[in-house]
Amino acid sequence: MDTSLFDWQPILITLKLAATTVLLLLVVGTPIAWWLAHTKKRWRILVEAVVALPLVLPPTVLGFYLLIALGTNGMIGGWFQTVTGDSLAFSFTGLVIASSLYSLPFVVQPLQGAFEAVGRAPLEVASTLRASPLDAFMTVASPLALRGYITAIVLGFAHTLGEFGVVLMVGGNIPGETRVISIAIYDHVESLEYMQAHFLSAGLLVFSFLVLLTVYALNRRLPVHLS
Amino acid sequence: MSARLAARIKTGYPGFQLDVDLSLPLDGVTVVFGPSGCGKTTLLRCLSGLEESDSGFIKFGDSIWQSDENFLPPHLRPIGFVFQDARLFPHKTVHANLLYGYQRISPAERRIAPDQVVGLLGLEQLLERFPKNLSAGEKQRVAIGRALLTSPGILMMDEPLANLDMERKQDILPYLAKMRSELNIPILYVSHSLDEVLQLVDTLVLLDNGRVQAVGPAREVLVELDPLRQPPSSLAGTLLDTTVEAHEEEYSLTRLKFCDQPLHVPKQNLEVGQALRLHVLARDVSLVTGPRDIQTSVLNILEGRVSAIETAGQDEHSVNVLVDIGQPLLVSITRKSLANLQLKPGQSVFAHIKALRMIH
Repeated sequence: MDTSLFDWQPILITLKLAATTVLLLLVVGTPIAWWLAHTKKRWRILVEAVVALPLVLPPTVLGFYLLIALGTNGMIGGWFQTVTGDSLAFSFTGLVIASSLYSLPFVVQPLQGAFEAVGRAPLEVASTLRASPLDAFMTVASPLALRGYITAIVLGFAHTLGEFGVVLMVGGNIPGETRVISIAIYDHVESLEYMQAHFLSAGLLVFSFLVLLTVYALNRRLPVHLS
Repeated sequence: MSARLAARIKTGYPGFQLDVDLSLPLDGVTVVFGPSGCGKTTLLRCLSGLEESDSGFIKFGDSIWQSDENFLPPHLRPIGFVFQDARLFPHKTVHANLLYGYQRISPAERRIAPDQVVGLLGLEQLLERFPKNLSAGEKQRVAIGRALLTSPGILMMDEPLANLDMERKQDILPYLAKMRSELNIPILYVSHSLDEVLQLVDTLVLLDNGRVQAVGPAREVLVELDPLRQPPSSLAGTLLDTTVEAHEEEYSLTRLKFCDQPLHVPKQNLEVGQALRLHVLARDVSLVTGPRDIQTSVLNILEGRVSAIETAGQDEHSVNVLVDIGQPLLVSITRKSLANLQLKPGQSVFAHIKALRMIH
């Protein structure tokens, strides 16, 4: 195969999408996970259920509603258009929003588990040692929840890499904008370009495997042990 | 009047109510004593701000920590807190654990230096280790040092020795005694076993079922006559401060002097002239009105006068009597004995001490 003709764009877009999504999810997911781990409010179960929804919903259902919401007439899409003049649907930004919702549980759940494992005790200690709640979070809770963070980053990243249905519904297939690896593979197969499909598929397979392998190896060596 | 910690706290959860009104001196060691589940830990957590009581008023010296309008979170209170289970940060070395609070107070507030604490608590060999490589006793020493390094205005300790076996307790107690004498920090110590702190305690608070049963100088609380405010019989008794007078080698005994009267204990490894504190339980003393030279195997006999007889609790079989032996000695005898001996205040008696405990 002539690699000079090979289209690298889907790979770059996929990586960019996954990285952006994970970053956004860490920012948004950390407070949600923290709240879920520590609140005693009864309606936390409601939030937990909503966060877990993407795990069970067919991606097409999520994609369908997202398409409506992000569309020019949708609540979010319409607002976005009046503010920026751009459309959210079938754009990279729209794709990031969709991916973030789709991968939300993969980031929130490991973080919540980690925060619950850390518990309140170390935070109480920190507070008796003059650490403000934010200080205690940064210097005690976060380092102790490091494994949770690594799991969240890897699962969030890997899951975004592999999404198909939501992307197809919300992002479409615009080269250089929303055409990610999974869509590209589908296209190649449709047009019987098995070589290209092989190349992308095998690449994704090996990459995913290596990432997970690295993480599990790293996880065993981390100096953080809850005793 | 010296500074005090004043607290009115009301809080509870289903099946338990804590309702206390206390004013404690910010001086020496105050022990809050009571059975498990009496609310000791809850009280300490409310005082530290780790828990917010349903209603309460807490004033430390001149600063108000809690009132109806405001609640000072724990990280803004000048406290040190030692938890029962040490709770060292597992991801930090002993050294980093020690400095965690120290680095968070302003240099002007630092009255206690790391070197001083390391020396005081014998932590020199442990500094580079991680908590998982420490024994339970070592962990607790580090936790105490970490709290001390915030130069706290008061050090709160929640059963710091409860998780340690007897030997480890004996390892830590000398450090507590040293802390008490070398650092001028008031200590509020919660415990369900008073044995471990009888040598340290100045002020004693008896807590029972969420209420303060008695509060005051330990010496006075321990000889309380009123059974309702008296500590449990395993504690009710008198603290006697004696000095070593001589060793009686042929009997393997040490002779002590208390208010010019001799007392004997098994031979102690102490120099003549050194002090030894004794605890005499009220139930271990019997009263004899007869002559001093009565034939008895009891070695320790103190002469005194009956100063007070309990009048409450008429339906109990036993009754408390105070005998003045230079200080009040609490004695518990049966009501029948009281009638037989026809004891009256002012009467001269001999207190036969059947057992006494040395407090080291």
